[in-house]
Amino acid sequence: MTNTEPSRLSRVRALWELAAASFRRQLRYRVAIVATMVTNVVFGLVRASLLLAAVAGAGGMIAGYDALQASTYVWLGQCLVGVIPMWASSELAQRIKAGDIAVDLLRPVPPAGGWLAAELGRAASALLVRVAPMLALGAITTGLAIPGHAGDWLLGLLSVALAVTLAFQGWLLVNLAALWVLEVRGYLNLYMIVMNLLCGLFVPVSWFPDWLYAITLATPFPSMFQAPINVVLGTGSPWLALGVQLAWVAGLGLATQVVLRRGLTRMVVQGG
Amino acid sequence: MLSARLRSQVVYRGSFAGDLLAQALLSVTEFVEVYVLLHNAPVFGGMTLVQACVVYGLSSMAFGLADMVFGQLDTVNVAIRTGQLETLLVRPVPLLLQLITADVQLRRLGRVSTGLLIYVWSLCYAQVPLDGAGLALIVSAPLAGMLIFGALFVAAGSLQFWLIDGAQAGNTITYGGRYVASMPAGALLLPVRVFFTFVVPATLVAYVPAAVLTGAELVWPFQPAMAWLGLPVAVLLWAVVGLLWRAGVRRYTGAGG
Repeated sequence: MTNTEPSRLSRVRALWELAAASFRRQLRYRVAIVATMVTNVVFGLVRASLLLAAVAGAGGMIAGYDALQASTYVWLGQCLVGVIPMWASSELAQRIKAGDIAVDLLRPVPPAGGWLAAELGRAASALLVRVAPMLALGAITTGLAIPGHAGDWLLGLLSVALAVTLAFQGWLLVNLAALWVLEVRGYLNLYMIVMNLLCGLFVPVSWFPDWLYAITLATPFPSMFQAPINVVLGTGSPWLALGVQLAWVAGLGLATQVVLRRGLTRMVVQGG
Repeated sequence: MLSARLRSQVVYRGSFAGDLLAQALLSVTEFVEVYVLLHNAPVFGGMTLVQACVVYGLSSMAFGLADMVFGQLDTVNVAIRTGQLETLLVRPVPLLLQLITADVQLRRLGRVSTGLLIYVWSLCYAQVPLDGAGLALIVSAPLAGMLIFGALFVAAGSLQFWLIDGAQAGNTITYGGRYVASMPAGALLLPVRVFFTFVVPATLVAYVPAAVLTGAELVWPFQPAMAWLGLPVAVLLWAVVGLLWRAGVRRYTGAGG
């Protein structure tokens, strides 16, 4: 029995191959990459304008952010838009509805692990093409205050990986609702709206009024976007940010496993 | 044809109500962004919170109306890639008209109504003088804005005939235009302000009319008379965009079949 089970090493290799294939696939669409960058740059300039005007209107400082830090926050954020999954994708729910999920279950790697590997590969390619041009443009236009230590960047990279994992887990959980209900589009849209607001995509979460800030800190959303920016910017303790991210990843990972196990036992796939 | 498509959307009441609610919620979160900025900066881009609310409400209403009618032009690239466009081209109805009526999204009314509420409330709160000219501007500005956003959607749709995979670039002028239009233009860096006034006329949708209505001081290069530019600019824009659309369709060579 155990002889036919793939070894742990070959599973890890399979996950790595999934991630690498996803990485290469993204880099094929050159025109799409350029178009995304153009959009990213324009939105970055608009966002930087707004935050700089707000800092100026507040007398030079908002919640620990001066003009240069606000500008850095925007351009680091523009590096992450498209790396961290921010927009509703119902791909998995469609696979469940169509029955394609049966194929995923037959693979030699656990399904959630396989999907996550592909997501991390996609994110890595997106990060690779974005970081240099976005930071260069930020430095030229509105200025950057970024760390010189390689260690800070490494911690930032780790935080980005955790943020991608966590954001993926959130989408996965909402998509898995398809195991119980027919149409998940409404849930996906509602989730996206709340996530986009509370993760720190538009303004730093510490700029929120107290009541909204308190609500935000009780959710995993700041760990999906604001946390890696804070780690690179040096706002607060990076270890605390990473610890909170890890705790949410563990929590949502457990929830995913429970939901998958319960949902799959009642799932019926038609045909053979 | 159109009325059948509209009726079909409201038949599933639960799902339609959910969609309406999601659109309203989306509009509320966008408003929270404006609110958070002004919560920290009492004067933002030369405007107070109430004045910025007029800008937001006006732009949100105009964009919601345009998105309802023209929003699905976003996905022209899918129709191009799959060759669906061919089946539309052989029908004796103009292509643009077919694409628009194929999917008028009534759920966008959720955004329109939130925008309208904020617009009316903030106009009352700002005690805007309701003389003849003021009233004319209050009513005509959302319509002019809708026409401008509509033209931007068609422009972005036309670009997809050339870009196909790069359809995202079109978002710069549609969703980027919406984003800029919803904020006081005084907060924009000069190059951004110039681009979103003279190339993509987003600042003319809400900022200039709102500033004139509420008596906020206009920043360079705006003049009070420009509050009335909305309609003429919309007409001009539609003329240009019409040519662009026609050039795009002519460029379309089909997917074979």
